[in-house]
Amino acid sequence: MGKLFFWVVLALVIVSGALFAPEHPGLAIHPMDQFVVKPLFGGDAIHWYTPTNVTLWMALAVLSVFGLLVIGTRGRAIVPSRIQSVAEMAYGFIYKMVEDVAGKDAVKFFPYVMTLFMFIVLANFLGLLPMSFATTSHIAVTAVMAVLVFLTVTVVGFVKNGSKFLELFWVKSAPLPLRPILAIIELISYFVRPVSHSIRLGGNIMAGHAVLKVFAGFAAALGMFSFLPVFAITAVYALEVLVAFIQAYVFTILTCVYLHDALHPGH
Amino acid sequence: MEGDIAQMGQFIGAGLAAIGSGAAAIGVGHVAGNFLSGALRNPSAAGDQTATLFIGIAFAEALGIFSFLVALLLMFAV
Repeated sequence: MGKLFFWVVLALVIVSGALFAPEHPGLAIHPMDQFVVKPLFGGDAIHWYTPTNVTLWMALAVLSVFGLLVIGTRGRAIVPSRIQSVAEMAYGFIYKMVEDVAGKDAVKFFPYVMTLFMFIVLANFLGLLPMSFATTSHIAVTAVMAVLVFLTVTVVGFVKNGSKFLELFWVKSAPLPLRPILAIIELISYFVRPVSHSIRLGGNIMAGHAVLKVFAGFAAALGMFSFLPVFAITAVYALEVLVAFIQAYVFTILTCVYLHDALHPGH
Repeated sequence: MEGDIAQMGQFIGAGLAAIGSGAAAIGVGHVAGNFLSGALRNPSAAGDQTATLFIGIAFAEALGIFSFLVALLLMFAV
């Protein structure tokens, strides 16, 4: 059955590639076109209240989080259904991560970290659907989340430890002459955090989707041999599913690391 | 062949910036390879260190993404 399906799809790809071969070869699909923000209901002007494809897919991500965590666990079954066990696994996974990485006293930030993880992972997965829009590929979206994490961490650090939070920059274990230099390095690395935190997620998702579209452009240009790029697209897509999860994981685990720094500023 | 010298510089710069992505790939491979060699020596301690592994990979990868971003900015934003 699986083999038959494979050969049928391969034949369809070859035939359609031969039928719809472009007259002048070249990249038919611009890889960056998929990231254009468009208003949903026509027009060109984008105000802050205009519903665009970004807001649509972000709302769908929020709805799917709601569907997974609220509606999916509505049964409260002792033997969980499939969707309930996915929700429970996600909950346990993030809870353990917060406890292990950020420390036991960071558990009160668990709802925040869980919200971040669920939103990012579902926005990434929804962005992988064909014809959808990857909201997390926009640095504007990821920067808001990263700056919020940065502000939270800074405020929590100062509220919890007062001026002791500055010991994060004044490394007590280093020899005295080295400390001012280390302070400058630590200060720079502290303020680069929101930049690298946001660009890591946005850049990874954007790069992956651009690669997919570049291969799609090859497939459009090659005509009968378009099945070769289609294989490549399949492989890259599998990699992208992995990347979508790992980047959400990395974003949340770095949030936990920063929270740990804020709660226990000593090195 | 036509085009101005500014565009040529733009393209050459984007290509040079893309080298950074390859360098980041070396870094990520280094992190993962060292983790694996350590994990095979002491498999029982490996499970606790996967979080550290991913943090290390993320830090190594971030700089490669920066250079990729520079390439993208040169190509599309300048």
